[in-house]
Order: sequence, then C-alpha cells, then structure tokens
Amino acid sequence: MSKQEWPLYEVFIRSRAGLSHRHAGSVHAADDQMALDNARDTYTRRSEGISIWVVPSARIVASDPAETAAFFDPAEDKIYRHPTFYEVPDGVDNL
Amino acid sequence: MNAEQALIAYVLRLADNALILGQRMIEVVAAGPELEEELANANFALDFIGQARMLYTCAGELEGQGRSEDDFAFMRDEREFQNLLLLEQPNGHFGDALVRQFLFESFYVHLLDGLTRCSAPGLAEIAARAIKEVKYHLRHHSQWLIRLGDGTELSHARVQASLDDAWQYTGEMFVADAVDTVVHESFAGPDLEAVAVLWRRDVAAVVEQATLALPGDQAMASGGKDGRHSEHFGFLLAEMQTMQRSFPGATW
Amino acid sequence: MYTQGLDQKDKHAASGQAIAESAEQLAAFQERIDAEEKIEAKDWMPEAYRRTLIRQISQHAHSEIIGMQPEGNWLTRAPSLKRKVILLAKIQDEAGHGLYLYAAAETLGVSRDQMVGDLLSGKAKYSSIFNYPTLTWADIGAIGWLVDGAAIMNQIPLCRCSFGPYARAMVRVCKEESFHQRQGFDILVTLSRGNDAQKAMMQDAFDRWWWPSLMMFGPSDTDSKHSAQSMAWKIKRISNDELRQKFVDATVPQAEFLGLKVPDEDLRLNAKTGHYEFGEIDWQEFLDVIAGNGPCNKQRLAKRQKAHADGAWVREAAQAYASKQAARAAA
Repeated sequence: MSKQEWPLYEVFIRSRAGLSHRHAGSVHAADDQMALDNARDTYTRRSEGISIWVVPSARIVASDPAETAAFFDPAEDKIYRHPTFYEVPDGVDNL
Repeated sequence: MNAEQALIAYVLRLADNALILGQRMIEVVAAGPELEEELANANFALDFIGQARMLYTCAGELEGQGRSEDDFAFMRDEREFQNLLLLEQPNGHFGDALVRQFLFESFYVHLLDGLTRCSAPGLAEIAARAIKEVKYHLRHHSQWLIRLGDGTELSHARVQASLDDAWQYTGEMFVADAVDTVVHESFAGPDLEAVAVLWRRDVAAVVEQATLALPGDQAMASGGKDGRHSEHFGFLLAEMQTMQRSFPGATW
Repeated sequence: MYTQGLDQKDKHAASGQAIAESAEQLAAFQERIDAEEKIEAKDWMPEAYRRTLIRQISQHAHSEIIGMQPEGNWLTRAPSLKRKVILLAKIQDEAGHGLYLYAAAETLGVSRDQMVGDLLSGKAKYSSIFNYPTLTWADIGAIGWLVDGAAIMNQIPLCRCSFGPYARAMVRVCKEESFHQRQGFDILVTLSRGNDAQKAMMQDAFDRWWWPSLMMFGPSDTDSKHSAQSMAWKIKRISNDELRQKFVDATVPQAEFLGLKVPDEDLRLNAKTGHYEFGEIDWQEFLDVIAGNGPCNKQRLAKRQKAHADGAWVREAAQAYASKQAARAAA
C-alpha cells in the first residue's frame, strides 16, 4: 500500500442563493465523498455556505503566468467593447 | 413516578448521553489521524455538548428548582448520571471511537425522529434541531466505517474487533424501563421496539457495505440507565467536574 | 511570533544549489513587489523568496497545530459547559488555521507530508510560546488574551503580505480569530470579579505568561537576521520591536483594568513618547526554548508524533478503499 498523502482538493462555496461558487481553499481527502465532508467541516463552520463543490486539484487546468501577456493583453486595446467608449449626445436618454 | 418526574428523568438521560459522549470526544482533540478529521470531530463534539446544554436547561425548567446546566453537569454524582454505557467507554483507537459513534448515532437519529413528534414541552424543538446535526454525523461515520471495513486487511480486522467489542453495549438502548414507558405513553415519546427494528436494519446495511460481519446474539451489558456505570466513568467525571468541585460556588 | 524561528540562522541556505537568477529577473520581481502587486504561486519568484515563504508559512502552520495542545489540556476540565464549547471552538479554529496555512505553503510546491515530517522530526520550528505548560484555568484566559493578542498584532500586517495565498489565508484567519482574544479576556474579567483564589490564580497565570508573550515577537531588530530582506519583499511589514512595543502599549492598560500587576520592575510610561518602557527580556530563556529545551517541547512533539503514528493505519485504509473504488468504477 502506498504511503503517499491523501490528494488535494480545491473547495468552492456558494455563500447564498443567487451567488456563484467561489474558491474558498483546499482540503486533503482520500476520496470524493470525504473531500465534500472535509470541505464542509473546514470551510462552513460559520455558516459560510449553502452549496459546496470540490474538485481534485490535479484536475484544474490553469493558464501559464509566462503566457499572461499573450493571453490577456490583446483584449486591452479593444476599448470599443466597453460602453464608456461611446459618447452619448446631450438630451438622449435611456441608451 | 408520575409523568412529569418521568419526563425530567428522560430529558436528563438524553442530556447525559450527549454530554458524556461529547466529553469522550474532546479527549482526542489534537490526536486525530489527519487534520481534516480533527475539524470534523470537533464539530461533532460541539454539536453534542450543545445538545446537552439545551437538554439540561430544558430539564431545569421542567423541574422548576432553579438548577442550571452546570449544576446538572458538574454537581451530580456518578450514580445520578444515566447515560448509556456505550458512550462512556474509553476512546481506544480511531476504529473503536468510530464504531461507538456509528452504533449510537444509528440509534439516536431514530430516537430523535420520534421525539420531534412528542408532546413534551420544549423537547420536540430540541429534537428537531439535534436530528439535523446527527444525520450528518451518521453519514460521516457510516462512510468511515465502510472505508475502514473495506480498506486494508489490518483496518478490516481492527474495526471488526471494535464492532465485536462494542456490541454488548447496544442492547441497553432498546430496553424500555419505567421512564421510557411513561414518556412513550404520556408524551407520545418514541417506541423503543420500533426504533430497534430501524436501528438493526440501518446498522446491518452499513456493516454489510463495509464487508464486516454483524456480531451474533450475545449477553448484553446494562446499568447505564440506572446509574450503574463502568469503572472508567468515575475518572471521566472526576476530571470533568474538578473545577466546580474544587471551587464551590465560584463563577467562571 | 508564530514564525520567530525564522529569525534564527538558515542552516540550509548555503546548501541549496545555485539557481540562475538574472539581475533583470530580480529587478523585475522587486519592481512588482514595490508596486504592491501580489505574487501568485505560479509566478516567477526568486528561490530565496520561495524558500523564506515555505519556512515562514509552515512554521506558522506548525504553531497553530502545536498551539492546540496547551489549551486542549483544559478542554476536559473547563469549569462550565459554556466555557467548554467556546474553548473547543477556538481550538478547532486553530486546526483550521493550520490547515489553511499548510494549503498556502503547498501552492509553493511543498507537500503537507513533507512539512509535517519536518515538524515531527524536530527539524522545523514553531512558536516558543507553546512550550510552556497550562497549569490552571486562568492560563486559558491568559493565552487567549496575551498569546492571541500578540498573534493578532503580527497577523494583521500579514494580511497585506506580498504572497497572495498567504495573504488570503491570513485574511480568513484574522476574521475567525477576532473572537479568540476576547474570549480570553472574558475569562479573566470573570476571574477578576471572583473570589480571592480566582484573583490569585489570574495573577499567577499572568506572571508566567507575560514574558513568554513578549518573546513571541522574536529577537530584537538588531539581532534579527532575516528581517531586512523580508521587509524588502513585503513578507514582513513591521519590525519585531515595533510590534512588541505596540503590544505592550495596548496590553498594560488592559492588565490594569483586570487589577493585575505587571511582573516587570522596570515598566513605566514615558510621558513624552506616550509609550511604555519595559525591562530586558531574558533572551537566554528564549534561545533555550527555541532550541528545544523549554518545559514542554518534548511532550508537545511526542503527542504529535504519536497521533501521526496512531493514524497511519487509518490514512492507509482510506487510501486503499479509494483505490478499490476507483478500480471498481473502471471495471
């Protein structure tokens, strides 16, 4: 039997109805059900949530910080995507 | 014993169960197998001691002699406590403590379910709160029993032994005495025979999933409900009550 | 503080192999720090920054975990049911805080197993304060008031630490800990209004915890080896001595409120500066405790070692079950 530690899970919590799940932290657990229990007992002790997602940390696919510029900078000059780019003439409402 | 006296005794038993189990559970704080399970154990102990507080307060109100939760917890003697023997057993290893929780919570959840429909003032409300907590404990401990039973050869053997050792303390849960009977008849309290059937069904299902064997019929220990405890119990009480006994009348 | 062992010499600093870090990389990193940008786990960082953080965060985590023991010592004997549940909730929080902190360190590529292994082997340090015994119930009040009070002073600036995962963990910790100091003070307020035995118990606890609490902030700035670099990296924001002074200034009036006498003949308020001046800390005692020779070092470590060893079969069983389940699902 391997004596590796239990895998790491990332925990996401919906704090109340209408909000999306937000990353709360991580827990170790041997299996998915245990991860859910551990998340509950670690991260909702002060009524912080009404719904929990857990996902094995190893299954998260993340963008590479080295590629941040290539990934995100190209969006920066598309200022016409934002409503503030446009000038609304005086006297025009409901636009 | 009139109905009111029986009810007070009944509520005190429930409170004693919750407190003594909680007290055993906090003995292993900072000694858990993994940090996450440490947090779970503390949550469950908080639930039980919280239940004990509500129940003692309820008993004090029913009794009407001004006794507080702390008077009941710290100023009664060994023979006055009427918790189940199962709950005062020393923690042993993780599997022993787990089996104790599992066997009791499998019973308690049905007992509380019955109590949510009882007519005793205050008790139904406490049961409605407690049952939510205990349902979660039971889920957690059932899963753990399955993990240990169906884990390694070593864990299987250990937890089977835990189950075999604890089994003798389960009979007492279902033997109705005068207090149980009066509360059942006068306050629509739970019917222990019906609870026993549900308990056996639930326990058997989890034990089977855990690939463990249900212990056979055997001689059952009794005495907890009558205040006749194991030898361990006096030490538990001495430790728990030391401050109140050493400084009578002080406020903390 | 909880990471005061950091201020000791880094024995491993010299042994790390040389890693190519160009002057440009280092300068760009420092620029980000100076611009108050948060560094995230996968960002480029100097190896020394990573190593310092791993040491600091893991020591902090170890302190939380070992810190459960002195208070846990009174859990079964708490004098009322209310105090019992409050203390249990507080100790549980400490386990949670240890967990958050281990997780923050894990983002830097070190496993919890490694960190716990270092704690259990005695290689890793934790705060000296937890190597003192809790002898009476008043000690529980003193710990909440003094030890948590000192910890909060240290931890609030850590919420702005340059390393994102650490800063976020500290925000959660600080939020949860806000009741810890108050519950300790509340215990003592009750004792201060109690009988003579209770008052004496409180003074005795204060006498024993005062100086070790001051030591929590670590060596004085002149002797602190890692402070300057940590300040430049914005891992540390306020110096040991500044924090210690802040603590004394805040605590002495509270002691007076409780009717306590501070066990320091040299303590006096400097009317000009508005700060309290206090006597010399027994640094030899501090070094002894850090070195492993405090009253409870061996006991604290032995308890953790035993828990870890006793839990091995349980952790393995859970893993074996998970593997079987995975195999069944695949079949």
